[in-house]
Amino acid sequence: MTAMLDATDIRKSFGNHEVLRGISLSAAKGDVISMIGSSGSGKSTFLRCLNFLEHPTAGQISLGGQALSCKRDRNGDQTVADPAQLRAFRARVTMVFQQFNLWAHMTARENVMLGPMRVHGLSRTEAGERADHYLARVGVAHRQDAYPGFLSGGEQQRVAIARALAMEPELMLFDEPTSALDPELVGEVLRVMRSLAEEGRTMIVVTHEMNFARDVANRVIFLDQGVIAEQGDPKDVLRKPQTERLQGFLAAQAA
Amino acid sequence: MFHGYLPMILDGLQVTLSVALVSLAVACVFGMMGASAKLSSSPVLRGIGWGYTTVIRALPDLLLMLIIFYGGQIMLNRLTQAQGWGYIDINAFVAGTITLGFVFGAYLTETFRGAILAIPRGQIEAGHAMGLTRGQVMRDITIPQMIRHAIPGFTNNWLVMLKATALVSIIGLDDMVHRASLASAATREPFTFYALIGLIYLAVTTVSIIALGALNRRVSRGIKAEAVR
Repeated sequence: MTAMLDATDIRKSFGNHEVLRGISLSAAKGDVISMIGSSGSGKSTFLRCLNFLEHPTAGQISLGGQALSCKRDRNGDQTVADPAQLRAFRARVTMVFQQFNLWAHMTARENVMLGPMRVHGLSRTEAGERADHYLARVGVAHRQDAYPGFLSGGEQQRVAIARALAMEPELMLFDEPTSALDPELVGEVLRVMRSLAEEGRTMIVVTHEMNFARDVANRVIFLDQGVIAEQGDPKDVLRKPQTERLQGFLAAQAA
Repeated sequence: MFHGYLPMILDGLQVTLSVALVSLAVACVFGMMGASAKLSSSPVLRGIGWGYTTVIRALPDLLLMLIIFYGGQIMLNRLTQAQGWGYIDINAFVAGTITLGFVFGAYLTETFRGAILAIPRGQIEAGHAMGLTRGQVMRDITIPQMIRHAIPGFTNNWLVMLKATALVSIIGLDDMVHRASLASAATREPFTFYALIGLIYLAVTTVSIIALGALNRRVSRGIKAEAVR
């Protein structure tokens, strides 16, 4: 299987503090990769480097074999040299955020419509049809005219997933998608994500949900202090952790 | 009761309103530029923005108006002389509106800057993360939400600026205040005419407050009632 996304030796420093110390990851089509690790291990930073919301200090990222050409920004970090190439990349690799980040002044349906209209040039009618499809897909069609402020956290996150899906991306990045939710709302979001995995979507998921990592992902990556400490099939890695750090982490999660 | 001066005063109201509205447009342009400069990642632009708001807000409006009007005229004269062109007289309306716009642009810079900062950063990030251009993020996400956060401060600045238009009578613009002083001198009834234009100012500001309140409700759709003043 050829790799869809290739990230090679990603490094990121904030001042003198090196958060990512050389992380490589390659995702093939249909991969569901979960990234786990304690807070501060760099997993969210790594995910945000993948679509350049955070500028990596070093490393290379390519999608479908095509590398993003970079130049140095003001801080000496890497930024994509051609903004149009970056926008095209981001339209193919969409992101779901911990805090949902829905646009507060638009209804659920308008939130889902904006990207396809602006980036893919769809008409309002076409974008509306696409929005209806994906809102139904995540089970919030009945809330399409509600503004985000009137939706529950679980509904907001499902609308945010529909918004990311409506771009019809090749790869989806999830940045702790259930961490901001009340415990009783976590299930509805995880069910949607599980069904996306089952239909063969390629996903990289930063998460604290060990059940999701074990049951849904086909690969788990444990980050510790900015490096990959362990990775592999979740059944092996989570059942028989080799490093003391992962053993300790899993024990703390189970407690 | 007004000895036939009412139509003349109302003509002056038209001048006052034109000055105010054109100045407001100029102020919005300076305000947006100032806010963008202050929020820019470039230290040079941030410095310019800081200098602009600091100096302008430090000086009395009247003083700035005199400096820009007379100073601008002198500079223009030097320039035209050096170039061998003829004498160009600065139009009082143009000078007044540019000065007021420039001064209140500094206040609006702060209003707009705060309004942009009030938008959760994540919403702007979400726009960039799906491949929208900077311009699209600005137009579809930042500006619509910025308006809502800016309205209270904007209303305040507009009211203050509307009253500051009275200063243009000093540089020879025939606004409502100027007409009222002419009428009171002619009739020796200053109270009548100054009270009259006082009521007119009150009427204009009341209408403004109602209109901006309606705009606020319109742009606050989607925001829970308790969050809207």
